[in-house]
Amino acid sequence: MTKLVRVLPRVSMQAFLLVSVCITIFPFVWVAMMGTHSRSEIYSSPPPFYFGTRLLENYEKLLEVMPFWTVLGNSLLVSVLGTIVTVLFCSMCAYGFFAYEFRGKNIVFGVMVASMMVPPVLTLIPFFLTVKFLGILDTHFALWFPSAANAMGIFLVRQYMVTSVSRDLLDAAKVDGASDFRIYWSVVLPLIKPVLATLAIITFIALWNNFLMPLIVISSPEKYVLTLALRSLQSVANTPWGAVMLGTFMSMVPLLIAFLFFSKQMMAGLTAGAVKG
Amino acid sequence: MSITGSQIDGVAVATAPAARKRRSSTKFWKKKLMPWLFISPFIFLFLTFTLFPLLFSVYLSFQEWNPVAGLSSMQFVGVANYELALTDPWLWQSLYNTVWLAVVSGVPQHLLAIPVAYLLVTGLRGGLRHFYTAFMFIPYITSTVAVSLIFFSIYSANSGILNQMLLGLSDLPVFSWFFSWVPEAMPIRWLTSSDLLKPSIAMVVIWKYTGFNIVVYSAGFLTVSRDLYDAARVDGCNRWQQFWHVALPMIRPFIFFAVTLTIIGNLQLFEEPFVLTQGQSGGVAQAGLTASYYLYLVGWQWLEMGSAAAISWILFIFIAIATSVHFYFNGRKGLGEDR
Repeated sequence: MTKLVRVLPRVSMQAFLLVSVCITIFPFVWVAMMGTHSRSEIYSSPPPFYFGTRLLENYEKLLEVMPFWTVLGNSLLVSVLGTIVTVLFCSMCAYGFFAYEFRGKNIVFGVMVASMMVPPVLTLIPFFLTVKFLGILDTHFALWFPSAANAMGIFLVRQYMVTSVSRDLLDAAKVDGASDFRIYWSVVLPLIKPVLATLAIITFIALWNNFLMPLIVISSPEKYVLTLALRSLQSVANTPWGAVMLGTFMSMVPLLIAFLFFSKQMMAGLTAGAVKG
Repeated sequence: MSITGSQIDGVAVATAPAARKRRSSTKFWKKKLMPWLFISPFIFLFLTFTLFPLLFSVYLSFQEWNPVAGLSSMQFVGVANYELALTDPWLWQSLYNTVWLAVVSGVPQHLLAIPVAYLLVTGLRGGLRHFYTAFMFIPYITSTVAVSLIFFSIYSANSGILNQMLLGLSDLPVFSWFFSWVPEAMPIRWLTSSDLLKPSIAMVVIWKYTGFNIVVYSAGFLTVSRDLYDAARVDGCNRWQQFWHVALPMIRPFIFFAVTLTIIGNLQLFEEPFVLTQGQSGGVAQAGLTASYYLYLVGWQWLEMGSAAAISWILFIFIAIATSVHFYFNGRKGLGEDR
């Protein structure tokens, strides 16, 4: 009896955690299963809670209603390009703020920190108009370029530089005759790899999952990214739900695989703002 | 390199002072400009895509303008846009929905995440803890659109798995006591009845972001040293008191930041309601129309950019008030006494 009392809290805790994990995972299992059923099977009652046999059919149907691989390529292009340029720009700017003392630095830095407080919703409409004026409406460029030197990223990298790059090292490099750009590129960048990886993860996921920007910027279907294309299937007449679920599942697979291998880094990276702040 | 350079300069001083001056002045300018060169991406992008749009949106909010008709169709209308927006019942409906959703989908996230994180940190070893938190974190990295599409099918009234599961539960021996009302209520229209739409949206938001908060709070509880718990135990604290009087005060800064993120995020909720209502004017009786959603409708469906700009400023003031209230009441304590 006493043993039971001692064991009970442990067991109930494990049970509680397992149930929460099940609730968390359920929609993913569900979408994987629905991707293998036809529309009529999905809408039968009770719905089938097992893997069906219509995977290929759904795949063909999916390609019929949307150019899945083109769209996936678009998403990949936007995310990869955006990530590379964001890491480059943010680290450059962070280095500028970190390594130099110059007139107006505090003002610019203050403005940058303040700009983090501006809710994106506020700039949405004028952002759209700016994009329109510049003639980059309906281009992928408008999806990744405007946020490539974002304040959050610069701030993150600069904070890391402050704690991990010593000023003596910069001075030593200068005495050795390294140019400004060389110090940045071959002395500082290798030292801050961890934060660059963090920034890359945050940026890639944000761009991959972004919906609002593509919704207002992209209008031609062949330039759609995954989120936009999947959402647009909702309004197709007689929505082929099996195919939509398959497409939804396939759109999540790349990040899920990445998460399988880098879960620690991704969790640390994505919560970095809250944890370090 | 630089040493030989200055030696050459030194030699040059004697022969041609003017030339030296010129060269050192280019050097001077190079030195001056170098930091600006490094921060130029930020300056350029900030001016083009943040500052200009911000200023322009102030200007725009006093104009009437349909973007399709071109720039020349812009007309000064004074505060008419603000008047129009403030008298539009949909705006108030959307603000009400936003606050409702922010509270109902925000509070449970933290009430769930804090105890779960505490259990994970105090009750489990590293490997197993990581296993659980990793699973709970997955919803956060998947796209909101994909998640909302999945829930759209789960919530389906006639054959959605949720309704079917409830029906199933009402057949089971013990559960039937609690679920006897289910067969009569079928089909439950999760997404097409004005009473249930908001709770359904809130469920998705809670499901998606609780894991994120668990990870944040786990990191918080990990900073609390074992010695503190031991000391508390020696002083006769039970587990509950250790949690309430030792652990919780220690993670205040984490709570503060997690709650700030939730407030800012939830007040801008857009994708979940948009996808769950199929993008059709906020669902039944505009029960799912959030402020961002309303903004989108005004700007892109009704093509009234001036009004939309005015609405975004109203929304901004709204968010600013909400966050400053939060900072005022919780900021000092949340940040600790030292700041």
